[in-house]
Amino acid sequence: MEGGTVLRFPPYVKFRFDEKRQAWIVLAPERLLLPDEQAVEILKLVDGERSVDAVIDALAAQFDAPRAEIAGDVQAMLQDLIDKKVLQR
Amino acid sequence: MSAVEPEIDPPLALLAELTHRCPLGCPYCSNPLALERSSGELDAATWGRVMQEAGELGVLQVHFSGGEPLARRDLAEIVAQATTAGLYGNLITSGIGLDPVRMAALKQAGLEHVQLSIQDADAAAGDAVAHRASAQIEKRRAAGIVHEAGLPLTVNAVVHRQNLGRLEEIIALAVELGAERLEVAHVQYYGWALRNRAALLPSREQLDVATATVEAARARLAGRLVIDYVVPDYYAHRPKACMGGWGRRFLNVTPSGRVLPCHAAETLPGLRFPTVAEASLSEIWYRSPAFAHFRGTGWMPEPCQSCNRREMDWGGCRCQAFVLTGDAARTDPACALSPDHGLMANARETAGQEPPEFIYRGYAAAIPAET
Repeated sequence: MEGGTVLRFPPYVKFRFDEKRQAWIVLAPERLLLPDEQAVEILKLVDGERSVDAVIDALAAQFDAPRAEIAGDVQAMLQDLIDKKVLQR
Repeated sequence: MSAVEPEIDPPLALLAELTHRCPLGCPYCSNPLALERSSGELDAATWGRVMQEAGELGVLQVHFSGGEPLARRDLAEIVAQATTAGLYGNLITSGIGLDPVRMAALKQAGLEHVQLSIQDADAAAGDAVAHRASAQIEKRRAAGIVHEAGLPLTVNAVVHRQNLGRLEEIIALAVELGAERLEVAHVQYYGWALRNRAALLPSREQLDVATATVEAARARLAGRLVIDYVVPDYYAHRPKACMGGWGRRFLNVTPSGRVLPCHAAETLPGLRFPTVAEASLSEIWYRSPAFAHFRGTGWMPEPCQSCNRREMDWGGCRCQAFVLTGDAARTDPACALSPDHGLMANARETAGQEPPEFIYRGYAAAIPAET
């Protein structure tokens, strides 16, 4: 994936906090994802404006983590969600 | 029974069977053999209350189903009430009866997604299964209307021995219709499908070819078409976690308002499922004896009770256990560890024989419910 790629949620995918479960959820056509804490932090940065590189930069700063160490995992997760049509370019 | 009460999470999804009326007659319909007449259907106001109760209970998604939900002229009103309740709405439809005006009203009401069924890639074969002369043309038109409205589309293709030879073409048709997702679902053998099992159950070879076809298409179409694949129990080694476990994730409300853990549960003897007129969804989910009956692991017989997969597959499907063994509390015969697993092999033998004629789903062939 190109570092400059900007990702967004398609209009029919809802990423929101569920008060009942006190958890972030992703609602998509006939799919319900319950992202873990790390995935939630990544998805909160997907806003249709930040590039994938900028998302990784922000996470590295936020969690004081070496950029090179997290980049692969973040890209893999985002690619998987693109393949599932939960995210789009 | 175990003395430990299972912890109960709120349900994730509601299957709202708005009507059993349907313009099609598919011989593998998931509706019960005892079809509800329109006179017994809940009105829109009651469905609105059900949607509100579902939202309060913690339900996140609602699947508007049937029969054909478009057979209800007040569908958009019901969808709007679900949207107000915070539910993510999905329309499960044959496409028959969809026009641009109704589509616009449904979108305006907050509908998020449409799942459109197709019966085959070949129009004549599809129309024959649907038992309607113009079905395939109407479905193509419906896909275009969904696309024009800008809603995401899932194509659902139920596959069986009589259309598996055209699986490649079915996948190509889903792409052509502009689907985001395709569900390739082998028939599940309950109700109407069980009646037609000998006409539908594929051979092992057909299944293996289909699985390879789906895997190749997934790789080829990655990022364009998501393909979900439901495999048939009759060739399984382990059972499916039916509904994610009894009373753990899903609620089903029938056209007349009976609340079930799955759409086939009403066929099980000895369980009394309350209606939405008798109690709230919350009371039913947390307190109904019928929902508690097969919840968790306490009810399980051997070999489930000591199995390390008991909280993965939850003993499989209660309705399948009942229709095949006569006892809903037995291990699902789909499991190779079940003493009844041989029943699956007996059924598989029909896959090599000449298929009998279909018994089409409809009121004429329906079996009245015992009252």
